[in-house]
Amino acid sequence: MAGQTLAEKILSLRLGRTVEAGDLVVVPVDLVLAHEGTAPLAVERFRALGKREPSVPVLLFFDHAAPAPRRELADVQRALRAFAARYRVHLHEVGTGICHQVMAERWAAPGQVIVGADSHTCTAGALGAFAIGMGSTDVAVTMALGENWFRVPETIRIDIRGGGKDSDGLPPGVTPKDVVMRLIGLLGDDGATYKALEFGGPAVEAMDMDGRMTLCNMAVEAGAKTGLCASDGMTWSFLTEMGREAVFFPLAPDSDAEYERRLEVDVSDLPPQVAFPPSVDRIRSVEEAEGIRVDQVLIGTCTNGRLFDLRLAARILAGRKVHPGVRLLVAPASREVYLRAAREGLLEIFVRAGGAVLPPGCGPCVGVHLGVLGEGERCLSTQNRNFPGRMGNPEAEIYLASPATAAASAVTGEITDPREFLRGKGEGCEE
Amino acid sequence: MRGVIRGRAWRFGDGITTDHIIPGRYYHLRDDIRALARHAMEDADPDFARSARPGDLIVAGKNFGQGSSREYAPLVLLERGIGAVVAESFARIFFRNAINVGLPLVICDTEGIEAGDELEIDLEWGKARNLTRGFERDFNPLPPWLRAVLGEGGVVPYILKHGGLGFVRPTRGHEKGG
Repeated sequence: MAGQTLAEKILSLRLGRTVEAGDLVVVPVDLVLAHEGTAPLAVERFRALGKREPSVPVLLFFDHAAPAPRRELADVQRALRAFAARYRVHLHEVGTGICHQVMAERWAAPGQVIVGADSHTCTAGALGAFAIGMGSTDVAVTMALGENWFRVPETIRIDIRGGGKDSDGLPPGVTPKDVVMRLIGLLGDDGATYKALEFGGPAVEAMDMDGRMTLCNMAVEAGAKTGLCASDGMTWSFLTEMGREAVFFPLAPDSDAEYERRLEVDVSDLPPQVAFPPSVDRIRSVEEAEGIRVDQVLIGTCTNGRLFDLRLAARILAGRKVHPGVRLLVAPASREVYLRAAREGLLEIFVRAGGAVLPPGCGPCVGVHLGVLGEGERCLSTQNRNFPGRMGNPEAEIYLASPATAAASAVTGEITDPREFLRGKGEGCEE
Repeated sequence: MRGVIRGRAWRFGDGITTDHIIPGRYYHLRDDIRALARHAMEDADPDFARSARPGDLIVAGKNFGQGSSREYAPLVLLERGIGAVVAESFARIFFRNAINVGLPLVICDTEGIEAGDELEIDLEWGKARNLTRGFERDFNPLPPWLRAVLGEGGVVPYILKHGGLGFVRPTRGHEKGG
């Protein structure tokens, strides 16, 4: 019998019997997630299903429009607080951070099955969990029944080879964001629909959890059901750092697993990547974007608001000033990230450079508050989507890039290759 | 879910995202589906938001509904009385959300269908007829178990009536050679 992919392995473990790609399964779910944008409908549906208590731990987050920017949203949060108080719901208040980051820091564990009413729930795949974005009704069904149905996905295996200083890591100035944007360019924005993306190879083995989360986060931008990484020493280090080493166990695909497709990507010569509006798969090298003027730069979000990202941006911004024509916004992904960045002096670097540090949360990426774009304006962001209207104005343009490219561009006022800024500032960006 | 539906086509291209279907800037209206639905498809075709009528059909290209998991995307289309979305392919989360809330989907080659064409679609037998241009196309209908969910008006009414996820017939056991 053939070996198993990570997705097959996790679902088989959870069910106690062997399943394979293409199977329809009903699987017990370990955690569900919703935020103030998707939870109200989930609560309504859960009530309609007539259950007294959720059958699964429910994690509720105020991150998308928090603190509330208007009264309607304040009332939504008020109602959700009342719901959380009445049922066994873990409420994560304003300022705790983005659901996907906090999920990784406090809740997710290898081998779990997670359902979230947010498309980037796949971020937790970095820890070796089978984490799936769904809608509010699917979250409500899972809350009521403690399980839900899945089709076991076929898997596209992606092996990434680096070429950085230790021959495994990425070349200087090139980040996991550049790698995943390159992959989305190769796959197309629907190239992995219904599939799982399994990331591996030397560059992923050498990548810390911050980087792996960036990879898995953007799996959905290729249409994928989820992204997955093996649970290994890096996973153990991360969980230990979070005080949760007890939930660690190693998990890897079998060497003879059956993949729908294998993709080997050598990134040793990869230049920084930029996604041009209006779609995530319009990927070009930074060279082709150089000189494009920007009005706003956002560093943060569930894609790139982690310590790795902020350290990298701070290295470029230290001792420099943001271009007078640019607003630089920095939003740490969680309270934990915020505190660590503060302790390391990173926030001071951003503020001294002329940037504005926002509270932990989704920030302007949702298009609701904290940095909505004006007509004809252009933003360079480390987020994961550049669709028209994403940042609150369909007449504005969004380019996507790494935190290094974003920081360099904030200094020059136009899209800029960050590698020249990193020369003489130590090696690479693998720390 | 009625077996045969008929309606006028609104034409869209590839890659219609949930941000097109219901923009994030109307986040604060999510508690008021009627108000929210007035902005349906606004960033793809403002005319749709103003003048779509109950029974109309959405016809699109590839990857309809890509992007965020917001269930308000199929909900605003239902609220506007859209009979079905006909597209060459759907993004995964939108697909599941639409079935869950009872919005029929048709996966079909949509080339040659123009805005305003009158279509008749047999959801059960997989026939799409363009009454305006006089051509007919076969498509693979949704499997009976998903049509069972649509038939009850979505997964919540299904569960309330049948007591669980009975529409899913889990695959059991494998005998693989070699």
